[in-house]
Amino acid sequence: MVETFACSFTATELEARSGISAVVDQLRGLGLPTGRVDEVQIVLAEAVNNVVEHAYAGHTPGDVNIHCNLASDRLTIYVQDAGAPLPDHQLPMGAPQDLTGPVEDLPEGGFGWFLIHELTSDIHYERSEGHNNLQLSFEIQVTHN
Amino acid sequence: MSLTSSNIDGAQIVAVNSERIDAAMAIQFKEDMRVQTETGPARVILDLSQVKFIDSSGLGAIVAAMKQLGGARRLDLAGLTPVVEKVFRLTRMDTVFQLYATLDEATNATAETGT
Repeated sequence: MVETFACSFTATELEARSGISAVVDQLRGLGLPTGRVDEVQIVLAEAVNNVVEHAYAGHTPGDVNIHCNLASDRLTIYVQDAGAPLPDHQLPMGAPQDLTGPVEDLPEGGFGWFLIHELTSDIHYERSEGHNNLQLSFEIQVTHN
Repeated sequence: MSLTSSNIDGAQIVAVNSERIDAAMAIQFKEDMRVQTETGPARVILDLSQVKFIDSSGLGAIVAAMKQLGGARRLDLAGLTPVVEKVFRLTRMDTVFQLYATLDEATNATAETGT
């Protein structure tokens, strides 16, 4: 059995928050375990924040379209936007940040892609026809009530 | 954003009265922390027990809040819910901050090392 659902919102921080919460509520309702929903929420928030802060930076915010496909053992989330492409049309590596220096040199950002890589089983990025298409996959086990 | 501040056993406790510290909240959080901790004890404990979600923007804002304290003061974190704890652990920020499961544990640690 495969469940699919979708949502769209304007790429602002507040709309992003509502959109992320809507997807997370759906996944909870479909029986995804709480710990897994937490991880999906972290990844989705980072992916959507990147769109808001980078893809549409300096432009009127456009739309973010999210499609979810939940099969028995896998959740796939597609995030699409019409903003600027990722640098070199490539997924960032998402290397861990160096925390060894003094407190005043600690990084305050650059954790997003690292978290996305850590918590997904597979990521795919494609730039096509003026759109960014990001595909995020998670191995999951749904508990049926 | 809503922060409330109190003093217990010589430490300042700042409670975050919000369910999320996310991108929409991060700048306000950093500014509110600056106001709350402009002066005060050397040890500040951030009570995160009401925070059910944090993203990397929120994490960065907490790092910024610690930097704002300067070298002579420190920021400890208490009451981390599962998602918040996960973000700190994954990013290795659990090696930078002292984390306490509950506010009680954090304040007891003050009493032990305080005087």
